[in-house]
Parts: sequence; structure tokens; C-alpha cells
Amino acid sequence: MKIDKDHQRFRQIVKGRIRDDLRKFLTRGELIGKEGKNIITIPVRGIDLPHFRYGDNNDGGVGIGEGQVGDGVDGDGEAGPGGSNPGNHLMEVEVSLDELADILGEELRLPRIKPKGNHQITSQKDRYSGIRSTGPESLRHFKRTFRAALRRQIIAGTYDPNNPVIVPIRQDRRYRSWKTVLKPQSNAVIVYMMDVSGSMGDEQKELVRLEAFWIDAWLRRNYEGIESRYIVHDVRAAEVNRQTFFHIREDGGTKISSAFKLARSILDTHYAPEEWNVYIFHFSDGDNSSESDSRECCRMLRDHMLPRINLFGYCQVASAYGSGNFINVIHEHLEEQQNVITSRVNTKDDIYDSLKTFFTPGK
Amino acid sequence: MSLHRIRPDLARHAQEIAEIAKRAGLDFFETRFELVDFDTMQQIAAYGGFPQRYPHWRFGMEYEKLRKQHVYGLGKIYEMVINNDPCYAYLVEDNSVTDQKLVMAHVYAHCDFFKHNYWFSKTNRKMMDEMANHATRVRRHIDRQGYEDVERFIDTCYPLDNLIDPHSAFMQREAKRDETPSQTMSKEREIEKDVVRFKAKPYLESWINPPHRAEKQRQELMSQKKKEKHVLPRQPLRDVLGFLIEHAPLEDWEADILSIIREEAYYYAPQGQTKIMNEGWATFWHSRLMTRHILTDDEIITYADHHSGTVAMGPGQINPYKIGVELFRDIEERWNKGRFGKEYDECKDMEAKRRWDRKLGMGMEKVFEVRSIHNDVTFIDEFLTPEFVDRFKMYHYRFDPSTRRMVVVNRDFNKIKAQLLFMLTNHAQPYIYVVDGNYSNRGELYLAHKHTGVDLDIKYAVETLKDVQRIWRRPTHLQALINDEMVLFSFDGEQSQQQKIHADMPAPAHGV
Repeated sequence: MKIDKDHQRFRQIVKGRIRDDLRKFLTRGELIGKEGKNIITIPVRGIDLPHFRYGDNNDGGVGIGEGQVGDGVDGDGEAGPGGSNPGNHLMEVEVSLDELADILGEELRLPRIKPKGNHQITSQKDRYSGIRSTGPESLRHFKRTFRAALRRQIIAGTYDPNNPVIVPIRQDRRYRSWKTVLKPQSNAVIVYMMDVSGSMGDEQKELVRLEAFWIDAWLRRNYEGIESRYIVHDVRAAEVNRQTFFHIREDGGTKISSAFKLARSILDTHYAPEEWNVYIFHFSDGDNSSESDSRECCRMLRDHMLPRINLFGYCQVASAYGSGNFINVIHEHLEEQQNVITSRVNTKDDIYDSLKTFFTPGK
Repeated sequence: MSLHRIRPDLARHAQEIAEIAKRAGLDFFETRFELVDFDTMQQIAAYGGFPQRYPHWRFGMEYEKLRKQHVYGLGKIYEMVINNDPCYAYLVEDNSVTDQKLVMAHVYAHCDFFKHNYWFSKTNRKMMDEMANHATRVRRHIDRQGYEDVERFIDTCYPLDNLIDPHSAFMQREAKRDETPSQTMSKEREIEKDVVRFKAKPYLESWINPPHRAEKQRQELMSQKKKEKHVLPRQPLRDVLGFLIEHAPLEDWEADILSIIREEAYYYAPQGQTKIMNEGWATFWHSRLMTRHILTDDEIITYADHHSGTVAMGPGQINPYKIGVELFRDIEERWNKGRFGKEYDECKDMEAKRRWDRKLGMGMEKVFEVRSIHNDVTFIDEFLTPEFVDRFKMYHYRFDPSTRRMVVVNRDFNKIKAQLLFMLTNHAQPYIYVVDGNYSNRGELYLAHKHTGVDLDIKYAVETLKDVQRIWRRPTHLQALINDEMVLFSFDGEQSQQQKIHADMPAPAHGV
């Protein structure tokens, strides 16, 4: 269709606008609830080209119907003939979550997931993109068959334009056939850990959810067969499902090492280091029950976890309560470690930069 | 796209309906119907009715909007017809035969309107070819200049496409450039007329009106006239686009694209000027032809359903189909019964007025006359009556800031009419004039908004002014009345500014 090009160009411009406002979209919490549909509607301003037009202090319009002077006019007061009322020129554009994750991905860099594991290195996909001269009748390609017959008849001089009868014979028949496409696949697991103790208020949890949501959405978009595990903790840790992780409310004290222990045991049991790329993200307000527990966490990380994982990302959200000291302990003890990255998120606006910090090195 | 492809049964209906329409008095260009699927219809609608347009993303945006409208059940396009000779009209293939017949009757009336309405008399009747030529020309520019550059330039030009003078086809506003000697003569005589002479007795003449003073005045007037000759434009000009094409420092390809946009804007202008009349006329005829001649018994329900959908009005809305068709019906009835003229207007007896019937039978003659010579503004001005406003319960509404709602403000006939006329004048576009193409003698462009009761939207004005500047390439100004203050918006290519206009500022060559 002729308009396809114009339509694609329009979509491209829309995406450009979204990229310009990426920060804003990343902070829209309501997206989390909508992922099931996988389509989100984004209001995009200012795609329409400007014109000289009247402002909104105009003198109203003319309508038809019942009603006394002073009664409200139902409907949106849409303009009468000629359309004197300016529309709000707001264009709603549908973008799938995947597309949004793609845009995010173009801004960040993908982690270099190494091919690991032997049972699942490649996945196979069959695509019906080929043509063969043999095959089952159910796969016969009528158009190509017809074309082959036409060509043969023209060459043979038996084609009469005044009586265009085409009779395909056995050799003319064409069939669709598949090609097997090998798709390299890497095994990767992401372990999300979140502090849900009392000092983590709703605001903090909201920040964590948003950040984790985008890490998750983006990695899932880019890697097939990625596995995610979710751990929440206060003084004890528990593995939960994705839904719970993004919606749980808890309170109580904090013992970060509990989560690390659980993560380690999950990795030990299910994810052999030679077969899996492992990413661990921990979110908290940096308040821990004791300094010694913080040091214990660092020891566990250095001795048992860091040697076998790709990345440990620690994201600390600002909180009115507590010391927020954990990030300092990590800096102190693990400064020399290449695969430890920390970021601070104080407001929603910091999420974009935090994601960039985590992924720009491309680990 | 191959044309003239239509199922035989539909072709037969089209033929029949054309004959019925002709017998009823309609006279149209040859009309070619084409059967398209729904998606093609949306594509054509996005292209403003044409199968081909030059490449630009806003057609894609229009297409997306139409598709969404359809998905949300907000609207379905039933008919589309192009003012062209021959006329082209599209039918959606999944519609019922009854719907197709209705659309055909509707289309023939549109084609009659295109052919006979005065405001269409200057439009290009080969626009189908012209649009295809435009597409080819723009594609050629894209091949040479690159897609991005051409697209950016169209982005710059398109915001200005309402800066035309829809009446210019009908009148000569600018004087011819090469002046004939006789005009030069008259100019001299004009100067002589302006030289001040005091009344004097012949023997005092050389004292009271010394020749050297007259000579000095002559010189002054002459140089003033000469200066005027260099004023560009010579009078305020509404065809801003035309002015830019002629005087802006454009490259050939840029001038070509701007002239394409201008030409298409002029082509669409009469449709904007006659929306109510044109739809009213088509609805008037489809309902008349369908109910009197075409419908079979089993089609009545489908027809009535569709027809009532077309003329339905939501509260607070005016449907041009409805108001147009009712006005035409009103005119027919009034001229049939002689309900016009001094005697009728001055009759105070409501009962007598209600029964008024002089059996003149001039209704049909009148509606044909009206369709030929009026546009929406003159149509409403002349034929909207207090009785009509009353009968259709029309009201004037306005935004109420305290409740943030649109509220009914009155049902006064004069207010309603004034409001309607305001909304239709210049099809609801602000009047923008070029008043000086050499402002402050620095080659700056000075535009002015003629205030007609409503301010310009400042945000949009500032943005649009930037586009004008991109074409003019010198600092560009727009004078506008905002909140009762004269403001000058300026853009010099880098910075936007606005300031109140005060006496010390240089005045443009013309006021508006």
C-alpha cells in the first residue's frame, strides 16, 4: 500500500518523540499493571504541525437541543460547522511494551551475555520461506505454480493472449518449504532482591518496582529464555513470584544477608556457573540491622558470588529513615571488583540514569 | 490503481440512479465509481480523497487516526468523492446494496454541486492528474535533495497552508506590474491635484502661491510616490504563500514544493467554504431520490437507519449534514408557499404566518439557484430565520470558567447567527496579512493578524512564525492583538521574542 511508507515514517517520528521523553515514560508507574496486554497508549504531544489558529478565549459555539440558559452542554463541546473550537491536539499513540523496551535498548547497551551451557546453546526455528518443486499438495504455492506454467507456455509459444488459458502441468508445481533457522541462545538468570522492611516506605518501593520493571522488560525483550527469580526480605528472606514481588507490602527490621544467603542457595541449586549468565540486582534503602551484617554481605559477595556472576547491581533509594550506609560499605570493601555497580535513585527522574549506570558498560 | 472497476450489479444501479437524478434536474460531470476495500478507503481518505499524494508523514498520521476511529467505532467512511472532471467516487465493498445506492445518490448531488457552485468555478478539474504530478515532482526532489531535507522543508511549509486568499481567484487585488503610459500620466495629474494651492486673485498668484514652493511640493510628492512603488507588498496581502513564493530567497526545488502546497490549499479552499451547503445539498437529494424513486420496500429500514445516522446530532453539536439539509428543505418550502418578502416579514399575526401559502411553487427553482451562487457564510446569512432557530432549538454556548464546562448562554437569534457566521468566516482560520516585506528597510517580514473578536493562540503563533522565518530567512514579525494589547512577536532565526508595540517602533508599510 502506498501509504505504508508515510505511516512508517510517522511511527518513526513518534518513536523519536518517545525517545526524547524517555525519562518521563520510564517513570509512569501504571505501566506495570498493563504488561499483560503488552500494548500501552502513550499520549504524544506536538506531533501535529503548528498553524496560525484561534486561541481558546473564543466565543463558544452553536448547538442544538433542550436546556435552559446556564445549563451545561453535554458532550465535549465539539465545534460546530467550521470547527471553531481548537482541539487539544493531543495525539494518542499506541506503542507496545516491546517497542518501548527497544527504544530503551537503543539508548543503553546490552550486557554481553556469554554463550553458556551445552543443552540449549541454540534454538531451532522453522520458517516457511523457501520454494521447492516437490512437496505435499497442502503446501502448494498457487501463484508461483501459475507463474511457472505461464513462463513455460510463453517460452513454448502456446500462450494466446486472446484466450489466456493457463494449464499447469506436473513440472510447474511449486511448494512452500521450510528452512531451519538456528538461533543462538544464551542462558541467563536475573535474581532480583528487594528490601521490604519498615524503613522502605511506599515511595521507595515504587522506585524499586519501576526500576526492576524496566530492567526486566528490557532484558526479556532482548533475550529469549531468560529466567527471573525474585527475593524479598526483611530480617528473613523469601522467594516470591513476579506478581508478588512487584506488589508486596511488608514491614519489620532488615537483615540483608538473609537475602544473599537465599540467592546463593538458589544459584547453587539451579544455576551452574558454567551454564548460566547470572545477574543479581539488589534494591534497598541502605539501612541494615548491623554493620557486621553489612560486612558479612560483602564477604559473601566477594568469596562466593562475584567470581561466578556477570554483574551485581546495587541500587539504593533515598529514605527518610535509617543510615543509608550499605552503599558505603560496598564501596569500601568491593571497590576493586569489576562486576559490582552501584547507583542511587532519589526520585523517579533518577531511574533513567541508574539504568544507564548499570548497562552502559555492557557487562 | 486501476479505475472504473465496479461490480456489474452496482454499475447497473449507478446507471439507473444517474438517470433518475438527471430527470430530477441534477447536472453533473461524468461520475466514475470505484469499489474499494475498507483499508483502501481509509488510505484514500488519509490522502484527502486522492489515490496519490506526495510522500509525507502527516498522511500516515491521518491514516493512523482514521484507523483508530474505526477500531473504536467512532466513525466509518461511507463515501468519498473528488471534485474532478470526471468525478471519482469510492464505494466500500462490504456495504449493503441499499447503502451503496444511498451513497450513489449522495455522490451525484455532490458532483452537481461541484459543477455548478460558483465557488468551485475556478478549481482545477484535472486535480487527479495534478496530484499525481505533484507526487512525481516531490519524489524527484527527494531523489536529488535527499528525503530528510525535503521532508524538513515540507514540515516548514505545511503549517502555512492556511495563509491563502480564498477569494483571490475571483478578483485582481494587486495592480499589474507593467504600467501603461496612460497610468503614468494620471499619476502626474494626481500629483498636481495634491499640490496645495491657496485661493488667490490672479495678480497675487505669484505671491500667495510662489512657483518654487509648488515645485518643491511636486518634488516631494514625486519622491514619496517613488518610495511607495518600492513598498512591498503595495497593499496588505492575504496570500502570504504567494508572496513568499515570489519574494523569499528560495531555491528552485523549495519554491516548487511551496507552490505545490499553495496550489493544493487553493484546491481545497472551496470545500471548506461550502461544507454545510455541499453536505446539505447531497443529503437533500439522496433522501429525496431514495424515498421517491429508488428504494424498494425491503430496503426502507436499512435506509432509514443509515440516513438517521448521517443526520443525527449529538447535544452541543452541529452536524453540517443536518443543518444543511434542513435549510434547503426550509428554503424549498418557503419559496413554494411564498413565505418571503416584505409582506411576509412584516406580518405580525403568527397564526396567519403559520398558514401562509401563496402556492407559488418556486421552491425547486430557488434551491437550485441557492446551490449555484452561495457559500456557507452567505447561505447562513440569508436563509437562517428566527423560525428555523426556534424549530431546531438552537442555542449559543460558551465556556464557563467557573464550572469549566460549556454552558448554554442564550437562545437569541441574532447571537446564534452572529456566532455561526463567525465560525464560518474564512473557514474559522484567522486572517493573516503580509503588511511589509521590507520592514525598517532591512528586508524583514512583517505579518499582521486582523482581529475579528478572538485572539490568536500564542503558543502556536510563535511556532508558526518560526516556520515563516525559515522560509523568509530574515527576521520575521507578527503583530497581533492579545488581551487587548498590540503585541509584536519576532523571530530572527535564533531567538523568539515578544514585546508590546509602542510609538517609538518603526511602523510597517501598511496597517490592517
